[in-house]
Amino acid sequence: MAVPAVRSFLQVAATEEVASPLRVVQIEGLAILKIIKHCKEFSPALVTGQLLGLDVGTVLEVTNCFPFPIREEDEENEAEGANYQLEMMKCLREVNVDNNTVGWYQSTLLGSFQTVELIETFMNYQENIRRCVCIIYDPSRSSQGVLALKALKLSDSFMDLYRNHNFTGEKLREKNLSWVDIFEEIPIKVSNSALVSAFMTELEADTPVTQCDYDRLQLSTNPFMERNMEFLIECMDDLSMEQQKFQFYYRSLSRQQAQQQAWLQKRRAENAARKTAGEEPLPEEDPSNPIFKPVPEPSRLDSFLITNQVSNYCNQINGVAGQNFSRLYLMKALHEN
Amino acid sequence: MAASEHTVLQFTPSSASLSARVHPLVIFNICDCYVRRPDQAERVIGTLLGSVSSDGTVEIRNSYAVPHNESSDQVALDIEYHHNMLASHQKVNPKEVIVGWYSTGLGVTGGFRNGQGTIKAYVSFILSLGDRHLAAQFQEIPLDLCMIEAERVGFDIVKTRTIDKLPNDLEGMEASMERLLALIDDVYKYVDNVVDGHVDPDNSIGRFLSETVSTLPKLSPSALDKLVNNSLQDNLLLLYLSSITRTQLSLAEKLNTAAQIL
Repeated sequence: MAVPAVRSFLQVAATEEVASPLRVVQIEGLAILKIIKHCKEFSPALVTGQLLGLDVGTVLEVTNCFPFPIREEDEENEAEGANYQLEMMKCLREVNVDNNTVGWYQSTLLGSFQTVELIETFMNYQENIRRCVCIIYDPSRSSQGVLALKALKLSDSFMDLYRNHNFTGEKLREKNLSWVDIFEEIPIKVSNSALVSAFMTELEADTPVTQCDYDRLQLSTNPFMERNMEFLIECMDDLSMEQQKFQFYYRSLSRQQAQQQAWLQKRRAENAARKTAGEEPLPEEDPSNPIFKPVPEPSRLDSFLITNQVSNYCNQINGVAGQNFSRLYLMKALHEN
Repeated sequence: MAASEHTVLQFTPSSASLSARVHPLVIFNICDCYVRRPDQAERVIGTLLGSVSSDGTVEIRNSYAVPHNESSDQVALDIEYHHNMLASHQKVNPKEVIVGWYSTGLGVTGGFRNGQGTIKAYVSFILSLGDRHLAAQFQEIPLDLCMIEAERVGFDIVKTRTIDKLPNDLEGMEASMERLLALIDDVYKYVDNVVDGHVDPDNSIGRFLSETVSTLPKLSPSALDKLVNNSLQDNLLLLYLSSITRTQLSLAEKLNTAAQIL
């Protein structure tokens, strides 16, 4: 066994800390209940709030949270919002709550949360905090007996690309980045202090059947599916519009190239003529000619986001349809007698 | 752990119609504050927020702790902090008003004693003789745990000490069906026991069971088959649509990023 060499202080200070990748988000029951309450109270409006906790190794612990007030589109409320945040953090620190921001949470409607604003907020947070996470809660799925809680993080490669605003097809192919790689979902673990769980079990003994079960065994999922399909159709329309933009771009690009070729031919013919006449050949490029202006390539960010959303809807439909099958077979078996 | 004595609300002295309902969030909050209290403090004191309905039920929805100093004969609360927190909370939810205060441990309320946790709610009445205040009398009112449906779903999951993974759709379905199966087995055993005479029949349970069984709608087998098949076909259609959409997505992606104009 090799004896580890003793490192001088300079060496230790010089080696960079390698950040261990985030594997699990550990949330306390208190934070979950607060999120549920806040999102449900204001649904269908979408609300946000701040997450507080600790960053420990591969686990990000979320121990508390507080909601943000709904902001009207007023410029003077910017300072107010910042004041509210400072005030809350100060007050919470006095009662020994972890004063460390680790991210934010937001509510969503049927899973349609992949927007540019989300990415912008992520980038803003990432500048100040080394590791931050966004928790998405969907209050409309609680009628199906599901606690729809997701922890999201932007993947590092995507963040690099976004910072440089480089969304051309080449860069994406280089990094092998597709729409799946934008968001990373991190598994959630729930933990509670012993006091809390003892107390709660004391107050409400474990029943053999919980409300979750009642909701899950309900047969009518039609309204949910209908809304999901509506959203899916809208998204597909958006996606096809993005496709058309790309087609337009490619068409104009190829048209421009054809024009460039034609111009080049003409120039070459002219030069040949000039050579025979003994004059100076003209340059083969002309930057002032408008057909040489590069056509701007549309950013692929929007289409990626829309693709993400569509895939989310598809997943939800798959899940609910699977559940429906089980329920229908159950019904059938019940009637066999 | 609650009492109402601020004159923000008008309470009639009759305690007959008074009862309190508390959301689990409040209890989680209180326990969390207790665990985080500064080392020298014996207990935690804080404010309760909520609303009062017209029939006298107090619904306690939220709470926050207030730092305090305790000496042998008095308790001093940080009122400034209390006002600040109240203002902040009201910015988010203006409908929540102060409905009372809580304290843990010894004194007016219950706590952990002999391994049993208790919560008690009290209402105070001012005992006065003529114009002079004599004392405040605390009377207990019934306290109930209540929650909205979304909270109930979360609460059942959150109640245990640790969960390694939130259950996804199909796993949850499986768990529910297993529980249903277990329940049906229990019922079978109970009925068998009664028929064999091992257990005394209980009329109310028997009536309940027969009511439950009779709620199964009476459909002819062919009608039921048709219903079930129709629903099955609808679901299959949806699954097919979603798979087509996914194929379209991967196609679109290939077209967008892999195409190269030469």
